[in-house]
Amino acid sequence: MPAETDRRFVLKALLGAGGALVFDIELALGAAPAAPAAAGEPAARLNAFVRLHPDNSVTITAKNPEIGQGIKTMLPMLIAEELDVAWEAVKIEQAVADQALFAPQFAGGSMATPLNWLPMRQAGAAARAMILAAAAQEWSLPVAELSTLAGDVLHVGSARRAPYAAFAAGAVRQAVPAATALKLKDPADFTIIGKPTKGVDTPAIVAGKPLFGIDTRLPGMLHAALLTPPVRGAVLKSHDAAAALARPGVRKVVALTRLGEADAPVDALAVVADSWWTASEARKALQVEWDAEGRDRHSDASFAAAARTAHEGRPQAVVLAKGDAATALAGAARRLAATYTYPFVSHATLEPQNCTALFHAGKLELWAPTQMPGGGQDLLAKTFGLAPADITVHITRSGGGFGRRLQNDYMVLAAAIAREVPGRPVKLLLDRQEDFKLDFFRAAGFHRFEAGLDADGRLVALRDHLVTFGAKGKPGRGADLPANLVPADLVDHVDLGQTVLETNIPLGWLRAPGSNALAFASQGFLDEVAEAAGLTLPDLMLQLLGTGRLIPPPAGGRGPGFHTGRAAGVIREVLRLSGWSGARKGRGFGFYFSHNGYFAAVADVAKGEAGIRVERVWIGGDIGNTIINPLNAEQQIRGSVIEGMGHVLSGLKVPVDGGAIGVANFDSYPLPRIDAVPPIEIGMVRSDFPPTGLGEPAMPPAIAAIANAISSLTGQRLRSLPYAES
Amino acid sequence: MKTALKVNGRTRIVDAPGDKPLLWVLREELELSGPKFGCGQGLCGACTVLLDGQAVRSCSTPLSAVGKAAITTIEGVGASEVGQKVAAAWVDQDVPQCGYCQAGQIMSAVALLSANPRPGEAEIDAAMSGNLCRCGTYHRIRAAIRQAVTGQVAGSLNPGGDHAG
Repeated sequence: MPAETDRRFVLKALLGAGGALVFDIELALGAAPAAPAAAGEPAARLNAFVRLHPDNSVTITAKNPEIGQGIKTMLPMLIAEELDVAWEAVKIEQAVADQALFAPQFAGGSMATPLNWLPMRQAGAAARAMILAAAAQEWSLPVAELSTLAGDVLHVGSARRAPYAAFAAGAVRQAVPAATALKLKDPADFTIIGKPTKGVDTPAIVAGKPLFGIDTRLPGMLHAALLTPPVRGAVLKSHDAAAALARPGVRKVVALTRLGEADAPVDALAVVADSWWTASEARKALQVEWDAEGRDRHSDASFAAAARTAHEGRPQAVVLAKGDAATALAGAARRLAATYTYPFVSHATLEPQNCTALFHAGKLELWAPTQMPGGGQDLLAKTFGLAPADITVHITRSGGGFGRRLQNDYMVLAAAIAREVPGRPVKLLLDRQEDFKLDFFRAAGFHRFEAGLDADGRLVALRDHLVTFGAKGKPGRGADLPANLVPADLVDHVDLGQTVLETNIPLGWLRAPGSNALAFASQGFLDEVAEAAGLTLPDLMLQLLGTGRLIPPPAGGRGPGFHTGRAAGVIREVLRLSGWSGARKGRGFGFYFSHNGYFAAVADVAKGEAGIRVERVWIGGDIGNTIINPLNAEQQIRGSVIEGMGHVLSGLKVPVDGGAIGVANFDSYPLPRIDAVPPIEIGMVRSDFPPTGLGEPAMPPAIAAIANAISSLTGQRLRSLPYAES
Repeated sequence: MKTALKVNGRTRIVDAPGDKPLLWVLREELELSGPKFGCGQGLCGACTVLLDGQAVRSCSTPLSAVGKAAITTIEGVGASEVGQKVAAAWVDQDVPQCGYCQAGQIMSAVALLSANPRPGEAEIDAAMSGNLCRCGTYHRIRAAIRQAVTGQVAGSLNPGGDHAG
């Protein structure tokens, strides 16, 4: 490795189908050089993340979008820890989108923790080192004799102590230290990392302060409501806006054609008015004709028929061919086969998609609740022929993300509307119906599994043919069958293949993409295998996992690979936690590994007055040696379990009929409510690995455990989600 | 149409059509952004405000139906003792994840405790089941309501994240 590269801290990350992201904290430290307090801003900037105030408080920049995953609290905790200040002395400021300074700056893939664990601490440590160097100069002492404590510099020998702020002027003149030369704290000395810490915006949320994209309010701002065709992707044929324009307060009707993401072009009419309510109501006066030809042939019935046909033949593409599954199946003492299916699912963020945009003098400024601000900038630059430098994206808090806001279609739509009213900011807000219609859905899927057991009941062969969705033979976002589908790595003879169906419904990443569906199907089928072998699923999993070892990721896969010992550890933890003593009616188990996190769950379900309900869930996880903010970790895990309950039991599905989705509002998309929520017990295993993310990996095994519990309760194998009373 | 509204203890004059939902009158005319738009049909509860102490969905309450009722939004929740207790409990329990639904949750909780100062678990669930939380903060919502009832910080906060009920 060349010295230059070696010297720098470089992490490569893949985000879904995106390219490689390279994160070099020294770019961020060096590109925003330390600067003394400017007139009117009495703070010394030590680097892009840290500003020191005369009262010895510090402002820390939170670079990533906050969508409810707690990142606006968590990343500054890492900086504050190594800066060695009291958390109470920290003020947090949300960064704007700045790919040069802050990339990677996205909320996705549970990547923020692994990507930032070291660099954010280095950013804090670099600022601390500059303060210490300034203090050493000021006091004419060797820097090695100085230490810090809660925002003060100490010299034990002479009993001197002074606040960081006393050295601000000197600190900004110091050279920026090389990140790798910085000495980071011994974890035993952490005072902030690992301490339950409340969300930095909690008081503002509870006071009802404007924080979210929808709360953006600018002088002279106009409002826009959108009308899109019932059939996704239908083309605007003709329209008459006269009656809408005649309404008081309506300013303009904008026809949008072939806008949005490249793979999900949108034709729409936007009504621009003085008030959103006026704009929304005026949509009823629009006369419009859509052309849905070619897009209206898609329906659940046709998908299911195509999947049945595909399952009779060979998969279009081989994902993994390991050993000789055909021979092993033919020679198996016992064979099982089953089909598992799941529907399209919507993100249904509670804050509908919205964006405020202002076109002014060839420049574009946006206020957006987005998970991927840099991607939005790039998409806007491409769509409108602007230089990325002429596009400013203010990152607002997001009222939920779950992957929906990785797509920036609503930023493009808002900008296209704003272009028609130059100089005036315009806020585009989708109503709930449009928000459902314009979603990028979790792909439906149809798995045909086969398994072979030898005479001793050991699983020797496994086959899965996934009929999924996408375009031109390529699966859409989160819709592929990965070669490391649990438990493909643990079985000798495996055939994995997939066939891709086309649909007009665009696909998107939804919390634990791929895994949220694969866990249901594969752990469900494995539960059947276990039963056939006279075992319980956790017993079978422990048998398959064997001794602890690291299995590297498949070619092109990300992360450090799959550690069987860590997997076994969380399984044992959840068995202990739940008091597992073998199979029991109404009890189910599920394990999954996703986003570098190991989770296992046990669920109890019972028949209540209003149908089956979840009585209790136990969940065990391993995300490494550190849980940065335990208070938030608990929230992420519980939220994942509750979302998983929705997938299995609440009836969450997006039917497709004639190219249109059969969901319009929360009455037809019944998210879990408080009265359905059971106690959820959490047990975390600390293993000797660097910490990884927690936004996603707890959800897949919860889905599997609840589904398997229902199978156990009813005696009918649940092979199709969501559960429906028969 | 000019209408006088009593909002958070103040009389405010708004000029809006009678069929405009109270939510949009509050958000657009009175610049109160606490009540949130989620569904427009009274299904999610994000827009919940109090009318004479009763929880209503402001997204489906037309301005003309408000009359002389006193409106309380999250911005005015601190005016009552119950409101103060509930809001303080929400902070103590660190209830929000994304936070979008929480203003509505808090208003529903205030309405519940004003009418029933010592609700049981089933009564809490019943009163709060009109408010969706997409992130799933329901355990802490229950804990915060229990805290507001008992005055004791207990329940959901557990530093290790382990054995949470």
